Amino acid sequence: MSTPILEMKNITKTFPGVVALNNVSFQVEEREIHCLVGENGAGKSTLMKVLSGVHGHGEYTGEIVFAGKTQAFRNIADSEKAGIAIIYQELALVPEMTVYENIFLGHEVGNGFTVDWNETIKKADEMLKRVRLTVNPALKVRDLGVGKQQLIEIAKALSRDVKLLILDEPTAALNEDDCENLLSLLRGLKEHGVTCVLISHKLKEVIKIADTVTVLRDGQTICTLSARRGEVSEGVLIKHMVGREIDNIYPKRKHVRSEETMLEVKDWTAFDPKLGRTILKDINFRVKKGEIVGFAGLMGSGRTELAKSIFGNPDGFTIHGELHLKGERKHFAHPREAIDSAVAYATEDRKRNGLILIQDVKQNITLANLREISRRGIMNANAEVKVANEYKDALSIKTPSLEQTVSNLSGGNQQKVSVAKWLFVKPQVLILDEPTRGIDVGAKYEIYTIMNRLVEQGMSIIMISSELPEILGMSDRIYVVSSGRIAGEVPTEEATQEKIMQLATS
Amino acid sequence: MTVKDLQKALRANIRDYGMYFALLIIIIIFTITTKGIFISSRNISNLMNQTGYIAVLAVGMTLIIVIRHIDLSVGYLSGFLGAIAAIGLVFWHLPVYVVIPMVLVLGAAAGLITAFPVAQLGIPAFVASLAGWLIYRGALLLVTLKSGTIIIPDKIFTAIGNGYVPDIFPSAALLPGVHKLTLLLGVLAIVWYIISQIGNRRSKLAYNFEVLPMDMFVLKLVLISAVLSLITWVLAGYNGLSWTLVIMLIVVAVYDFITNQTVLGRHIYAVGGNPEAAELSGISVKKITFLVFGSMGMLAGLSGMLFASRLQSATTTAGTLFELDSIAAAFIGGVSAAGGVGKVTGSLVGAVVYIALTSGMNLMGTDISSQYIVRGAVLAAAVIFDVTARRARA
Repeated sequence: MSTPILEMKNITKTFPGVVALNNVSFQVEEREIHCLVGENGAGKSTLMKVLSGVHGHGEYTGEIVFAGKTQAFRNIADSEKAGIAIIYQELALVPEMTVYENIFLGHEVGNGFTVDWNETIKKADEMLKRVRLTVNPALKVRDLGVGKQQLIEIAKALSRDVKLLILDEPTAALNEDDCENLLSLLRGLKEHGVTCVLISHKLKEVIKIADTVTVLRDGQTICTLSARRGEVSEGVLIKHMVGREIDNIYPKRKHVRSEETMLEVKDWTAFDPKLGRTILKDINFRVKKGEIVGFAGLMGSGRTELAKSIFGNPDGFTIHGELHLKGERKHFAHPREAIDSAVAYATEDRKRNGLILIQDVKQNITLANLREISRRGIMNANAEVKVANEYKDALSIKTPSLEQTVSNLSGGNQQKVSVAKWLFVKPQVLILDEPTRGIDVGAKYEIYTIMNRLVEQGMSIIMISSELPEILGMSDRIYVVSSGRIAGEVPTEEATQEKIMQLATS
Repeated sequence: MTVKDLQKALRANIRDYGMYFALLIIIIIFTITTKGIFISSRNISNLMNQTGYIAVLAVGMTLIIVIRHIDLSVGYLSGFLGAIAAIGLVFWHLPVYVVIPMVLVLGAAAGLITAFPVAQLGIPAFVASLAGWLIYRGALLLVTLKSGTIIIPDKIFTAIGNGYVPDIFPSAALLPGVHKLTLLLGVLAIVWYIISQIGNRRSKLAYNFEVLPMDMFVLKLVLISAVLSLITWVLAGYNGLSWTLVIMLIVVAVYDFITNQTVLGRHIYAVGGNPEAAELSGISVKKITFLVFGSMGMLAGLSGMLFASRLQSATTTAGTLFELDSIAAAFIGGVSAAGGVGKVTGSLVGAVVYIALTSGMNLMGTDISSQYIVRGAVLAAAVIFDVTARRARA
């Protein structure tokens, strides 16, 4: 048994209102590949941010021992100096700079004032050999594929004498070949004494490469399993990842589902010209009147993109496929057209693109349907107040006044304002993207009750959620999305967290 | 009413009132340093006429900055369009009633052209309008190349920048030397203000909204009425309302109405507050961008005509630095560069503050070099005050 290179003991990290990490302990042996798995929001990324100094010493409680010393990293520079490198899913390369400039960015080769470019290029070549990448180091990073960029990130880490390399979902954006290549490189690095921590959602890959796996759930360490002792299998991992009890927080509703199809999407494919790749492929689904359809999947699986591509395609994807609303073929060129056809979409990130935070409650509630409270383009201030008051009461939005700036409300009340805004457009199909993210249990219950009331009135709801219990507790049917495809449809009666997770990680 | 209430009310609205205080202080200082010349009817009347062409630009610029853009082209655009107006009147012998709408339409078209790369291609407005700045500068030089300064003889056109609304009750017996129509309009404005404020307060109370305490409310009405009376009296003491002032007030009133009372206004502020959320709420950010730039261009045309009319000529340097003056006026008036915040009435006051500084210092005989430094300091102070006041409230 080798010695631990890293020990994180009793780490607790809280954000206002949320305990992100609760007494987590995490131990990595020298020269091993240690995988960290868990659902979205389980605390993996937060734990790595604590380790790398993003959440500096003093912002958490607990102890970090790295390379035999107790460490108090205040920032990333501290942890880098100690020999920890972290590679995020969104790569931290400068696309307009060359490969060699990127590799030595921040610790340039030279006398401290001028840069020795010849030496830089020579060293860069060595680093590229270590990651088995044959590219001209004078190329711009922009011109390389994601897989190669990933390797350059690793080369950058290696150039700094890294002892512990952390990769946050490195294979999420890679194709099969690049994945294989990366995994075998990690094995090679292990031989050369580099320890790796790998955060991954792809369990097959975890099983293939891990020496040890630690499972986090709800900010706690659930278990650490050793592959050498044969403790790791897909079933075991899924069981530990999702093993949460479904508490009884989902209000009952009368099922009034009719067989009438409200929305149907056929052979839906979307290409993102900005990313230069197809992000949605052959999607088929239907939503009936009075039904809540859950869209499960991991973050980044394409659920939000799917919702937006249906809702007037504001991101400018190139779309093929058919959209039918109540049997009629539709084409929405702008969110306005979707709204006019009684389709509404409440975004996943209410602060970023859902609400106008600097405006007040009533302005936010009425924004998407000003037509109804105006005549010939002139607003009727009284009607606006009346409408806003109605929705404030109906959704019990707690605010001192309708003229309160939305940024001053709590997360749950902000979410209710966002829902109110979309209810005011009187939709027949309401898409709710992560409707309960970041809000407390009480507010969640209220949102669920509102949803139930709406479907009982005949509305159809598409609920996108990363929280499996919520998906299981609220949906009539469940679609699982993975890598831009519908990986499967599961009727709620047959659905289990394990089953969904299996599809989502496929 | 206690002092505490007053302090509380002031603190809550410090950003809105701060500007008026600043203006008041500036007026007091200049009145003292110029031994009363500054506050004289003649000077105030002149001051308003000088403010006109900057204020009109500042109104348009307010909306541009509210939707998170900038337009540098409007200075020379206004100079160029002023020259076009002059050419139309002098060389093409067009009647003034054709020239004015023509220039406004050309201005709107120029604004739409600036908007195209911004809205359609996502090019930063700074760059797109900088290109416009160069182009219109060149265009102005080009059209005035042969003739140099173009003198405009047209009486109606030059009245816009120099004339006054005639008094309909000329009477030597009652209040001689005072413009009676101005007095009447002033009184009507005060009455209208008080009635609308009371109505506004009633409807707010009906909805249980927060309103000023009664005594504070009365104090506010008295204060503002007093200011309005003073302005009226001062203006009536000279030639009364100038046409420039009338045009400026109409522009501000129309834009104030659009921004506060219409769906379009709401859409503009939504785009400024969060463009992504606005787009997802069914608002076409592109359309709003085109509209706001188009309105800016039109106002540049108006500004150019006000200036040409005032000088009774089109010159080769007309419009120089107007864009930066109007941007400064908008920022002094409380527009936020982060977008979504700013009132056109604020920008009007900002423009008055800005021009009052120039006018006051000119009267004092202050050197032009010091004038720039003072103006810069006031701009910096206004923006710093703005940011800290906002932070204190958040």
